Amino acid sequence: MAIRKEPVDVVLVGGGATASIMGKELAEAGQSVVALERGPMRQTVPDFQSPTMHDELKYSVRHSLMQDPSVQTITFRNFVGQQALPMRQLGSFLPGEGVGGAMVHWNGQTWRFQPEWFELQSWVRDRYGDDFLPDDVAIQDWGVTYDELEPYYDFWEQVLGVSGTAGNVGGEARDGGNPFEGPRSRDYPNPPMKQSASGHLFEKGARELGLAPFPVPSANVTRHYTNPFGAKFKPCMYCGFCETYGCEHYSKASPQVAILPFALKNPNFELRPHSYVLRVEHDGEEATGVTYVDAEGQEVFQPAGMVALCAFAHHNPILMLKSGIGQAYDPETRTGTVGRNFTYQTMTGISVFYDGDVRINPFMGAGALGTATDDFNNGSFDHSDLGFVGGAYIAAYQTTGRPIHHHPVPPGTPRWGAEWKQAVARHYNSTVGITVHGSSTPHPNNYIGLDPTYRDAFGQPLGMLTFDFPHNDRQMSHYVTSKAEEIAHAMGGNEISVGWLDDHYSIVPYQTTHNTGGAIMGADPETSVVNRYLQSWTCTTCGW
Amino acid sequence: MKGLSRRDLLKAGAAGAALTVPGTSGYAQEADTRPMPPERPDGPLDTALEYGRDEDVLLWFKPDEAKFVEAAIARLIPADDEWPGAKEAGVLVYIDRQLSGAYGSGARMFLNGPWKPDAPPQQGYQLRYTPAELYRLGIKQTREWLGERDDRELWDMEDAEIDEVLSALESGKAQLPSVPAPVFFETLLANTVEGWFADPVYGGNRDMVSWRMVGFPGGYAQYLELVDNYNYRYDREPMGIAGGAALFAQQARKEDG
Repeated sequence: MAIRKEPVDVVLVGGGATASIMGKELAEAGQSVVALERGPMRQTVPDFQSPTMHDELKYSVRHSLMQDPSVQTITFRNFVGQQALPMRQLGSFLPGEGVGGAMVHWNGQTWRFQPEWFELQSWVRDRYGDDFLPDDVAIQDWGVTYDELEPYYDFWEQVLGVSGTAGNVGGEARDGGNPFEGPRSRDYPNPPMKQSASGHLFEKGARELGLAPFPVPSANVTRHYTNPFGAKFKPCMYCGFCETYGCEHYSKASPQVAILPFALKNPNFELRPHSYVLRVEHDGEEATGVTYVDAEGQEVFQPAGMVALCAFAHHNPILMLKSGIGQAYDPETRTGTVGRNFTYQTMTGISVFYDGDVRINPFMGAGALGTATDDFNNGSFDHSDLGFVGGAYIAAYQTTGRPIHHHPVPPGTPRWGAEWKQAVARHYNSTVGITVHGSSTPHPNNYIGLDPTYRDAFGQPLGMLTFDFPHNDRQMSHYVTSKAEEIAHAMGGNEISVGWLDDHYSIVPYQTTHNTGGAIMGADPETSVVNRYLQSWTCTTCGW
Repeated sequence: MKGLSRRDLLKAGAAGAALTVPGTSGYAQEADTRPMPPERPDGPLDTALEYGRDEDVLLWFKPDEAKFVEAAIARLIPADDEWPGAKEAGVLVYIDRQLSGAYGSGARMFLNGPWKPDAPPQQGYQLRYTPAELYRLGIKQTREWLGERDDRELWDMEDAEIDEVLSALESGKAQLPSVPAPVFFETLLANTVEGWFADPVYGGNRDMVSWRMVGFPGGYAQYLELVDNYNYRYDREPMGIAGGAALFAQQARKEDG
């Protein structure tokens, strides 16, 4: 028999970015709020401090800040009909675990979507006609527009202290910014980051080709800054330990720095770490609370008037499936909505080798220290003759010189032995990496379900991910990676090596933690899971 | 307390690494008042390790396993005229420590069945073995495979011959009974690269030798003033976790007056 807690107005599943901001706002609106975080409490001091935080093995290789797959993981397969198997170790993506969630170990790259993305289906139809795309490119409009969301984008950037150069303020073009961004109501709250050696070389190459490079908007804050809540940031030190690390300097915006202190000081808000939510309880129409396992291993029922799912992207539809909220998507019949249209990000990369001619000093880095071009993002170019939709931004990030993961060698170098070692020594400090951050369009075969075989430490079924790169995205990736290759050639290196998109998506190598989809937002209950307010169509007091 | 000079700080920063160099440990100067360590056993140990030092004790590998792994890593990252290799940098101790701890026992791995060891590579590691078990079996089965072809152990072979064995594991040409040879090889290679480049606190990368080789200054890092100084020649002595801790302790003492 589960322990029954005193009812609260709202229970939040998770203790990361969305739970922090909702916790703060709801508590201030007079609601009693409990946030249930599966991992431990973590604070900038003492948990993220040097010298022990700057440990590549512990944090980047052994994933100390991430989800523990021995407790709960997902299963994975490339296609419907294949046997899904458990992701036994983290690899392709890195969900966080512990207070702050993945926003502790993120890089701080703080992009807005281009306006076209919000109404993609209508935009493609209007621009390229009804027959431009095959049916299996399952894009939809979101039910909200960029203009509606702009004030919230703006506020979020103020909360995070984003550093950048505006390219479009109120429809007016600004030099040095991103000319392809949607209109902004004002400048970024902080000036852009300094430009790294990698960005400097990339910018020269991109300009030679007539492209429009600009500094990546960054939540690695560039000066002493106080956000609208009163949170104080310090300037980024460019230490090169951002992604997979907690920031020791109060420079990278995390919930701990930017939001959480202002929720925690409100007596209406309670944060309960070590609370692993198993399911949402409901009566078919309304959520009644959640059941979780506490630190002592006891099952606890937390009654609540409203439940907000604030877990990592794919955990939310998995929780809905386990709780029987909404109709599960069935790829055979293509009916149901929950879990449908899981999407990811389509990543490729290029290395430019200067072969000892220049010193890059890659260790002088930061998570969002990048120079990018948005010339090949979806809304920036004409797809008429290309047969696909979507696009990518291309960037030279200088995030790290941490050598276990960063030791580029030219193609044809042996993978080990004397020649490998000499190549590592030669190229470590004179190689620039370019990455192509591509869109991921939904496909009817890519979805989140529940695994019929494997179970987690609580005896519950694991979520099951079915995913491979759709044809549309392979074409997009090839097109934009070819453009990145032209930039690489213009950068004046001695040799380049292009990492084209793999034949099939693999769960093994790290690619990106930008897992998306699976619980579509929209205006039609037939084709979406939540409405434009992220409220479940079928369980009206459950949402995100 | 008297302030330390920059030179003293650099020495303090190097202290963690200096402990691993024979004859320079802080204890050595006090040795005349302490019992002598036991004599080395007869015969050479055939390893770079020093007998009787805490940091060289092997916790997981049995003696023959250690010789096998040391012979392999000495070829994966060999010493050359300019720089020592994985063997000299203590990578054997690094791997041994990893296998005897959380990583070796499969912590943070989902180890529930059922098992499907012949899964396609896109689905990742699907063997039932923990990393420590993978090494134990991988070494045993490789030695048996070798025994059918040669009357010598790996560690008695010439460099080029060892390279051939490693290549046979890497390519899968070596067929082992229950361990896919490429999985064993890739694990060994990944762990060797980790030990070579990780902070020296983990037992490898002694004297920060790999960091010196590439020019990585270590975990102690802030480059706000230098990041846009293009082509800057940065040649500060590398500093890892131990050096950073020594520096912070020194700063704290200063602040205490």
